[in-house]
Amino acid sequence: MAERERLNTRQRGTVFVPKSQLLSPEEVQRAVRRMAHEILERNEDIANLVIIGLQTGGICFAERLADVIHEVSGVDIETGTLDVAFYRDDVTIRPVLESAETSVDADLADRVVLLVDDVLYTGRTIRAALNALADWGRPQAIQLAVMVDRGHRELPIRADYVGKNLPTSQEEAIDATLDGVWIGTLVKK
Amino acid sequence: MIDSIAGGNLVSLATLSQRAIVEVLDTAESFVEVNSRAVKKVPALKGKVIASLFFEESTRTRLSFETAAKRLSADVLSLAVASSSVKKGESLRDTINTIDALGIDAVVMRHSSSGAPVQVSRYVPHVRVINAGDGQHQHPTQGLLDAFTVRQVLAARAGTSGRESGSELFAGLKVLIVGDIRHSRVARSDIEVYTRLGAHVTVAAPGTLLPSDIAQWPVTVATNFDEALATADVVGLLRLQKERGSGAFVPSLGEFTSTYGLTARRAKLLRPEAIIMHPGPMNRGVEIDSQVADSSAAVIEQQVRNGVPVRMAVLYLTTAGATLESDPND
Repeated sequence: MAERERLNTRQRGTVFVPKSQLLSPEEVQRAVRRMAHEILERNEDIANLVIIGLQTGGICFAERLADVIHEVSGVDIETGTLDVAFYRDDVTIRPVLESAETSVDADLADRVVLLVDDVLYTGRTIRAALNALADWGRPQAIQLAVMVDRGHRELPIRADYVGKNLPTSQEEAIDATLDGVWIGTLVKK
Repeated sequence: MIDSIAGGNLVSLATLSQRAIVEVLDTAESFVEVNSRAVKKVPALKGKVIASLFFEESTRTRLSFETAAKRLSADVLSLAVASSSVKKGESLRDTINTIDALGIDAVVMRHSSSGAPVQVSRYVPHVRVINAGDGQHQHPTQGLLDAFTVRQVLAARAGTSGRESGSELFAGLKVLIVGDIRHSRVARSDIEVYTRLGAHVTVAAPGTLLPSDIAQWPVTVATNFDEALATADVVGLLRLQKERGSGAFVPSLGEFTSTYGLTARRAKLLRPEAIIMHPGPMNRGVEIDSQVADSSAAVIEQQVRNGVPVRMAVLYLTTAGATLESDPND
């Protein structure tokens, strides 16, 4: 497979080079459906849920989860997007990430917020997202869904819903989209 | 040409590529969203110290830079030059070294001498330098916020977002800049930013208020002001700068107004969708009639409002991260 641009990283000047496919698009779809059912099971008042996708890799999964939950329950789920670039704690030790759109129209006070991301790794993105959400008020609860949990946590953070646990080495990189999950490496352009 | 101001200084727009400019505009879109929240503050520059050094007076630039720094959680050291040792004859170098000794990460500076920010960047290479206007040279953040305002207006009309449109709304756009081009750093920055984004810039001014090297600039000089007005998409007016001696370059203010002022009569020549801009402070009744400045075609207040998010973008990109060379992931 030819080199392809890794769209869901905003690390300047890097390209994701895939090595092998870990999950097919069908397997990803099945995992998303399963997560949607788990979310419905755990949240009786599903209309109180707001799904927020993390820029940029979490957006496609957030939208897909909202679609499946709507399909199954008939409830329209409010969604939003969140960019945590301005909240990162590693901002001073690496070049700034390019920012992406944040759009949270819902009032989050007393709502259950479901954060959605593609890959859970060190946990620092999620910590930044929790910080950011505090600026919108006080949600009743915050839950986390990720497509892939690849381990190597540096903070006490865990996901409530996991599409697939994939133990990886820190030298590797994971690319997760609705088109499948790939393992590969990040190389400089 | 530089492709990103991330981790660097912002002294002039002349060295920035289109990509670097679009990155600032896109980042500013993120900060417009931040400024619309109940809590208008993000921790991106927490622990950073930004010195604001205005050796020349300013209201909006200074206030919007300091507001921008505070909304990014930076600490702001503000030097009131009029009551500082500068008045006792301290040199620029000594002033900068003194402030640097207190520990600063960035300096936002305005100075009446062209090139002062470049000089300062040599004195303190470890400090990010952001030019807030130097003599007749450049006023980069004004140029950026003017372009941002134009993109915002055009994107709203086209039913798209600024971020999605990138630079495409500027392709072939006719921008007319009127007035004291010779003394204006705003004109120099505007011309850089608009031409880099793909617009076509025309200038209109009495011959005495055009710089002597205008032939080398990437602009067309209007031979007939009224005709140029009738085809312009954007009209950028400039303040007649009496403190830089502009008064001596025109026979009288009244004559300037009647030949190059945007009077209510002349404003009727404009296309209905033309955008009228002014960087402020305005000399109402000189370069622009009061009723034109307050008309719906004028976006002067929107320019001031956009000053904060655009300057947040500049401070964030230049000061928040490490320099591109020191990426630990390399």
